[in-house]
Amino acid sequence: MRLDQKLIAGMIRPGTRVLDIGSGDGLLLDYLFRVSGCDARGIEIDMQEVTRSVAHGLPVMHGDADHDLEHYPDDAFDYVVLQRTLQAVERPREVLRQMLRIGRHAIVSFPNFGHWQLRFKLLLSGRMPMTAVWDTPWYETPNIHPCTILDFLTLCRDEGYVVQEWMAVDEDGERAPWRRSIRLANLFGEQALFLLRRGDTHRGASGTT
Amino acid sequence: MDQTVSASYLSHQHVAFPDGLMLECGFHLAPVEVAYRTYGTLSPRRDNAILICHALTGDQYVAEPHPLTGKPGWWSRLVGPGLPIDTDRFFVICINVLGGCMGSTGPRSPRPCPDGRCEPWGTDFPPITIRDMVQAQKLLIDHMGITRLFAVLGGSMGGMQVLEWAAAFPEMVFAAIPIATAPFHSAQNIAFNEVSRQAIFADPQWYGGRYWEHDAIPARGLAVARMMAHITYLSEEALNRKFGRRVRSAPQGTGANPGSLFGEMFEVESYLRHQGSTFVRRFDANSYLTITRAMDYFDIGAEYEGDLSQPFRGTHTRFCIVSFSSDWLFPTSQARLLARALNRVAANVSFVEIDSDKGHDAFLLDEPDLDRTIRGFVAGAAEYARIA
Repeated sequence: MRLDQKLIAGMIRPGTRVLDIGSGDGLLLDYLFRVSGCDARGIEIDMQEVTRSVAHGLPVMHGDADHDLEHYPDDAFDYVVLQRTLQAVERPREVLRQMLRIGRHAIVSFPNFGHWQLRFKLLLSGRMPMTAVWDTPWYETPNIHPCTILDFLTLCRDEGYVVQEWMAVDEDGERAPWRRSIRLANLFGEQALFLLRRGDTHRGASGTT
Repeated sequence: MDQTVSASYLSHQHVAFPDGLMLECGFHLAPVEVAYRTYGTLSPRRDNAILICHALTGDQYVAEPHPLTGKPGWWSRLVGPGLPIDTDRFFVICINVLGGCMGSTGPRSPRPCPDGRCEPWGTDFPPITIRDMVQAQKLLIDHMGITRLFAVLGGSMGGMQVLEWAAAFPEMVFAAIPIATAPFHSAQNIAFNEVSRQAIFADPQWYGGRYWEHDAIPARGLAVARMMAHITYLSEEALNRKFGRRVRSAPQGTGANPGSLFGEMFEVESYLRHQGSTFVRRFDANSYLTITRAMDYFDIGAEYEGDLSQPFRGTHTRFCIVSFSSDWLFPTSQARLLARALNRVAANVSFVEIDSDKGHDAFLLDEPDLDRTIRGFVAGAAEYARIA
């Protein structure tokens, strides 16, 4: 498991119901089932990964964040996890709404577009920045909705989500020491990890707007 | 007498239930005989039973040579010691469906009559449904003292039975594996079945369904039905790969001279004729009509105005839905419909589309990804069920 997956696993209480969107190789699911005793299920877009996961005994179904979440009932899960994918979905706001409709908590990680290297490169070269994290040219990247940590916080505020926990991590998933200041995290964190829950008077999750 | 009738005297392992069954159509069918085969050993806790449901023209001989054709069991690739359905570990049951012709009560069974002059049911056999098939299977499962099936699996019409089991007896089905199937039979599939049936009716040897009185079978019609259906089990790609446009000379005795219109034969024609002719030796025409009709009636959401989720509300069964990319008879879109219906009731669903060019028949053929999927899902479910 990547280090940031361990951090995610650490946010999830044992014995709960979890949906991992984009479960990939299934390592997190496997950990959640075998170690945490969770009822953990996955959705994965890559059919080979689905087959591999099911052949490994893990409950994974073929599907994706944009099209399959709407079919689940309210409160079906305690946690809905979306790892490093929010920037690549068609409608990030709608996906978040669905996650916090079907789950009581959402755990979201995404690469931070506010990282200093990106800012620096764009400023100096005047071209779309490329780094180890953002490693595909603009015309090929699946990351169609990049955002910064501050952008994400603004969206959470607008949608009425409560940020229960947040942390910045570097590319290898090592926890970066920017816990105190969100502005420093936005400058130095390569990846961001958020644990959200619905606000008491949430308006986003009803999906009426 | 012809082979079909002699086949009916072949003895199959079975249990007779004198009280019979109340069918969905309101007819009380009695007695009911249920023919089956088992493999492996039932555990002392009776918790390791796996029920395999066969497809339209399959039967209970899933993992052993067929008594009529001598061919290997239809899923012997998958069921046996050390195989994905491991008979060293699980007690595997396969039951001939109600309406079938391999020992379970069906149109060829003797119709009880007061004057003792017994004749087969024939076309008077009551219409049955997938639910009736499952009810008949449950008679046997209850008779065996099994209160919970660890898994129920099957492909095509077998998959329909899997869904019916999971919907009708959720507490009895720990895991369900519907393969290459759909939550209801589509209009296109009903249409294909109708063509098959009309081919049988058009055969002069059909005699209104009472062909046994004439020592005949509607072999030509049944063979055409099978040929047509067989095309729907394949895919364009598979046909091209297997046969292409290759030609061979027409077999002797067909009256075709070289140079005449049918002096040559495409290999695909020859293949289909072979499929047709071997089929009529082992299958009864009235059974074919009865079972295809049962498939046509199948709609798991029928009682809920077509809502496919309601039958599974509150289910604790673990589902593993499998489809094949080139299957156009039971396409992935229908499997996805089922998967999403199960999502709506927060069921535990795995859903795999296996990449294959073999069409609907892929579930019976060598597909390593299917083997891996079933083996893994069964192992995972067993871990969950805490079966040693």
